[in-house]
Amino acid sequence: MDDLYRGSLVRLSAADSQEISKSFSASSRDSELMRLFGTGPTRTYSEKAVKAFYEKEVDAISENHFWFSIRSLEDDRLLGETDLQVDNWMAREAFIGIGIYKREDWGKGYGTDAMSLALRFAFLELNLQRVSLTVFEYNPRAIRSYEKAGFRHEGRLRSALLKDGKRWDMIYMGILFEDWKALYDDRKTAS
Amino acid sequence: MFTIETQLFEAQDVRLGPIDLETHPAIESRWTHDAEFMRLMELKPIRPLSPAMVKKQYEAIEKEMDEQKNLFYFTIRAREDDRLIGKALIEYVDWSNGNGYIRLGIGEAESRRRGYGSQALSMLLRYAFGELNLFRVTAVVPAYNEGAIHLFQKFGFMEEVRRRKALFRDGEFWDVIGFGLLNAEWQESVLARG
Repeated sequence: MDDLYRGSLVRLSAADSQEISKSFSASSRDSELMRLFGTGPTRTYSEKAVKAFYEKEVDAISENHFWFSIRSLEDDRLLGETDLQVDNWMAREAFIGIGIYKREDWGKGYGTDAMSLALRFAFLELNLQRVSLTVFEYNPRAIRSYEKAGFRHEGRLRSALLKDGKRWDMIYMGILFEDWKALYDDRKTAS
Repeated sequence: MFTIETQLFEAQDVRLGPIDLETHPAIESRWTHDAEFMRLMELKPIRPLSPAMVKKQYEAIEKEMDEQKNLFYFTIRAREDDRLIGKALIEYVDWSNGNGYIRLGIGEAESRRRGYGSQALSMLLRYAFGELNLFRVTAVVPAYNEGAIHLFQKFGFMEEVRRRKALFRDGEFWDVIGFGLLNAEWQESVLARG
């Protein structure tokens, strides 16, 4: 069996609340990044606030919510985070979130590699039937990366976001186990 | 058109009202034993609930309405005797973007197919757009709930999202559909109806 946590550029590790609180607090001062992360009003977060959040959400070891840190294989530095949230085991579906904290680490393939690890974990360990995500119309870089990872467009909530006085769609994407398997088998044959 | 005098919570045969924590738990407990109804309402595993469990849920709803200010929950009552026949709610209100999710159901079996759901939805939409000033509302419906799909289409909702095979019930996969209606579209349809 392959090492589930190891990709070609990054690996997935436990999310350490102490370590993350520093990185995330610093990242929250980049409003562009934060607007890509979530739909709520962007704000800055103190290290203490981030630590309290991660201690509550991550250290609880929830059976429905799986959090990972994304680390570089080259020097093991912390690059970002990804999480799979299973709202409903009956549907065998999780919503995935993923982010790379620093803009100098964007566009290097770290997110794409981490996504392929997170999907493999979702389908081969959690035995999910589908993985879903929402992404905002003003984030074309992420949309492109999700398409490459095998996600298909499943629709858009029209004008669901208001930023700087402009309306944007909220885009839904999803990948089924069979989509993922076909893609994975193809890539294995090709390599 | 609506004016300030037009009652928000009164329609021809039904009205919207608050929860009655004394008498409603026993009634809703009865609805939770109707598996067909529950599978139309809920995407998560259903289970029958005792009146005490329903009462706890009501208390949690009231607490959320008071503290979070992003849930607006109404009971649907028959106008003739004010008895409880269903529920209608706007939830997960996102104030900064102006979104909310709506949901409704007629729990009393003999009150179905009489247009009461339609009257309740009409009040719920006026509340969402005319009172909460939301920009849009979303309704999430499993593909097997033809009644709900028909109702939302009748009110001008557009199918916006179709999450493929997002539900597995009775040995089959079902899509889960997201319907959306914008405030501007609602205004137009209200004007058109006069």
